[in-house]
Amino acid sequence: MAAHEPSIEQVKSEKIYRQFGLTDAEYDRIVELIGRMPNYVETGIFSVLWSEHCSYKSSKPVLRRFPTDGPQVLQGPGENAGIVDIGDGQAVVFKIESHNHPTAIEPYQGAATGVGGIIRDIFTMGARPVALLNSLRFGPLDDKRNRYLFGHSVAGIGGYGNCIGIPTVGGEVVFDERYSQNPLVNAMCVGLIDQGQIAKGYASGVGNPVLVVGAKTGRDGIHGATFASAEDPHEKERSAVQVGDPFMEKLLMEACLELIATGKVVGIQDMGAAGLTSSSAEMASRAGSGLTMDVTKVPRREEGMTAYEIMLSESQERMLVVMQQGEEHIAFDIFEKWGLEATVIGNVTDDGMLRVLDDDGIAAEIPVTALVDEAPVLSRPSLRPGYLDELLPSPRAWQVEDYGQALHTLLSTPTIASKAWVYHQYDALVRTETFVPPGSDAAVVGVPGTKKALALVTDGNGRQVYLNPEQGGAMAVAEAARNLVVTGAKPLAVTDCLNYGNPEKLDVFYQFETSAQGISEACRVFETPVISGNVSLYNESRGVDIYPTPVIGMVGLLEDVAHITTSKWKAAENPLYLLGDLQKGIDGGLGGSEFLRAFAIDQALLYQLPEFDLAEEKQIQDACLLAIHKGFIAAAHDVSDGGLLVALAEMAIDGGLGANLTLTKWDLNEASLASLFFGEAPSRIVVEVHRDKEEAFLKWIRQTGTSHLRLGEVTRDAVLRVSSDDGVLLEASVDSLKNAWQGAIPAWMN
Amino acid sequence: MKTAVIQFPGSNCDEDAVKAVVATTGEAADLVWYTEEKLDDYDLVIVPGGFSYGDYLRAGAIARFSPVMKAVQDHARKGKYVLGICNGFQILTEAGLLPGALRHNESLMFQSMTLGLVVENAATKFTHHYDSGETIRIPIAHGEGNYFADEATLRSLEANDQIVFRYANGENPNGSVADIAGIINDKGNVLGMMPHPERAVSELLGSTDGKRLFTSILTSWRDAHGRA
Repeated sequence: MAAHEPSIEQVKSEKIYRQFGLTDAEYDRIVELIGRMPNYVETGIFSVLWSEHCSYKSSKPVLRRFPTDGPQVLQGPGENAGIVDIGDGQAVVFKIESHNHPTAIEPYQGAATGVGGIIRDIFTMGARPVALLNSLRFGPLDDKRNRYLFGHSVAGIGGYGNCIGIPTVGGEVVFDERYSQNPLVNAMCVGLIDQGQIAKGYASGVGNPVLVVGAKTGRDGIHGATFASAEDPHEKERSAVQVGDPFMEKLLMEACLELIATGKVVGIQDMGAAGLTSSSAEMASRAGSGLTMDVTKVPRREEGMTAYEIMLSESQERMLVVMQQGEEHIAFDIFEKWGLEATVIGNVTDDGMLRVLDDDGIAAEIPVTALVDEAPVLSRPSLRPGYLDELLPSPRAWQVEDYGQALHTLLSTPTIASKAWVYHQYDALVRTETFVPPGSDAAVVGVPGTKKALALVTDGNGRQVYLNPEQGGAMAVAEAARNLVVTGAKPLAVTDCLNYGNPEKLDVFYQFETSAQGISEACRVFETPVISGNVSLYNESRGVDIYPTPVIGMVGLLEDVAHITTSKWKAAENPLYLLGDLQKGIDGGLGGSEFLRAFAIDQALLYQLPEFDLAEEKQIQDACLLAIHKGFIAAAHDVSDGGLLVALAEMAIDGGLGANLTLTKWDLNEASLASLFFGEAPSRIVVEVHRDKEEAFLKWIRQTGTSHLRLGEVTRDAVLRVSSDDGVLLEASVDSLKNAWQGAIPAWMN
Repeated sequence: MKTAVIQFPGSNCDEDAVKAVVATTGEAADLVWYTEEKLDDYDLVIVPGGFSYGDYLRAGAIARFSPVMKAVQDHARKGKYVLGICNGFQILTEAGLLPGALRHNESLMFQSMTLGLVVENAATKFTHHYDSGETIRIPIAHGEGNYFADEATLRSLEANDQIVFRYANGENPNGSVADIAGIINDKGNVLGMMPHPERAVSELLGSTDGKRLFTSILTSWRDAHGRA
């Protein structure tokens, strides 16, 4: 034991464990489990592994209800990342993860290391990372600190991905007051692998050597995992934020992929949250083995580090590797080629103990089962919040003086506005497989050497989940699937990042478990199991919780790149159709919409969401996907934030073409126009049909029984014109719409 | 024609360059590790994009001291072709194979987008399949692409037609002096450019305008060497 560390007795008598986030009951449980009082190092090890971040103690009972199986699933939750079959012996590996708390303190490094961590989760499986996505939430841009957090997070995400050479191909950014104190940075990585190359985090085979590879270990990030599990990050220490080195990670990635390809690796795991502690305990736990590690052998970049510090450091760009006995030299050679260290620090045992040695002998000795399997699982109480029962019916009627002006205002709302300012900072094209870059409904990256491609998306709408947790959760999945479908892809599977407030609050836990229920239902309907994910709780500051914000990362497969469809209008005179029920869209009203947030912010949280029917949604998506595969569709775009007019405007802006839309034969009055134009009823897709295929399209769409409506035609004249029997309702030049849409974020940031 | 694509530890457009050469010319291209000291077997050397050594100091500042760069210097001295793309252009200026320097983008932000380039000189061995004055669309992706050279150097670049590509009117993404996007050395065998022609070689990638750069090099080489 290091001289200045508290004694075993002090840990107990001075309740030092409380500083690490352990409760009195948890401390007592530890004593019971190991049959003695833990020393300082052991207490530290328990505290990080039993933290919310590592143990999922609050969320585990809820996560167990997700559908995780399917014929396509090769690896579900529980490993570093999930894996899905894409045929021909290949597979796609993906996962999303949060880095919210570090970002609130140090946005550049917080966001950058979030990207670095999720990339490691992918190449740890033996997969070549091929794409990055993200999902971001910040407070409104009229606040200087929000601009700082947003700008630096984006730069950090770009800085990491650009340097390592993995294209950042998609994502979403939402701005709302609820995220001012607790910004969200969720990063997703997608990799490709030959099914024979899959590596896992198993520490098996007695005597096999355990190696630390990659960067040296320093004092950064100690107790990062504990800190991510505490409320109000602002009161926490900046020193718990790690610093990223993407160049080091690039070397580590190449070296690890080369090493895994030799077939001599028994197990490999990223040292992410809780560093050496969690990686070693988890690898031993999966294999039912034990590990003995001599921390004095761990390469360090600072002098005088104690066993406690080495075990808890979250220094980035490190991995724990178990090699076949006698094959260590292969690792030494490969890592030397890449200029990195690979050091044997111990070996696998069969006694089920995690044993840590330092200069003084045994610094810690804990049964792996006590650390991992016996980690507390809490069945947290929940209570339906009162506000849910006070919501008013969604309003249909809204007084709008000038629809054109309202559309311009909505397009310049940062949440809806073009995110080019963001994605122009991301190298989206490196690897030269990005066939649909950022800015469309979903990104598409090719599968090298095949006709196939992957469609990728992240989606979430916290406000909608707040207004109706179950339906909002299901709608997030539906929107992600819809975004893949309009791109021409069949949805395959989900990774989810569940961002919520303080789970100790009854209403927050209700939001969590109920929205997870909605996600589960939708995943069953879309046959997209949850194969990986991450939970981020305690996104709370000064008593205010974020909106419940589950973010759905979804991956879809295009069997043929010829099916790739984008949202921009392609040719004048092509007819435009709405797939989905227009009347339901009108009846759905303005509840939960960006329109209300933009024009009546005090009423944004007063109303119920429009209705949502999962079966209807699935039917429309299936019809749309087949219409694309049959070659009828020139462009497709889902109707979401901002409603129908925003969707049409985005298609127009992207294509540089206009449209004449005629809404006759509908009972359209002043009272319903606002909800028709700006309501956010789900299950609607705008499609541009090839002119010469309109008849075939109609014949087929009628066969499927899909509600549809001809809206008008694309025009060469770049003007968006909407008329009814009563005359022109809206006429706006596409240039002027484009200026409103493109200028909004740069106007705040430049 | 045999092509070497230099691979520094932090190169990340190396494989893209190999793919593009093979796809556009049908000729072989090898990845060559940065510790290599000889490039005698190769006709074209591509110094690709990426972050050669992390580039925390200044893009290309460390790469120029690597063993392979001495071989690249010899290769250029012999009049063989050298193409530097993005980080490769930065390295070639650091190594003194091309004049001037690349500074941080004026916006101080990394910029990645597809934009218009005007082919200023279509009479080079790298560009003769283009038309002079033609505007092509090629992606850029860089944080340090802001080309700078002093007045005298600029005058000589202009006078010798060494400015090969300029950003199209109003599309300069980084503040480069005289909108310079790519230059060639006075001997006409070393081209450096910030845009990525290897990212514009198929309809699926959104542009095929980069193809003619590679086919220009191939036919130049064949004109000089026959079809071997």
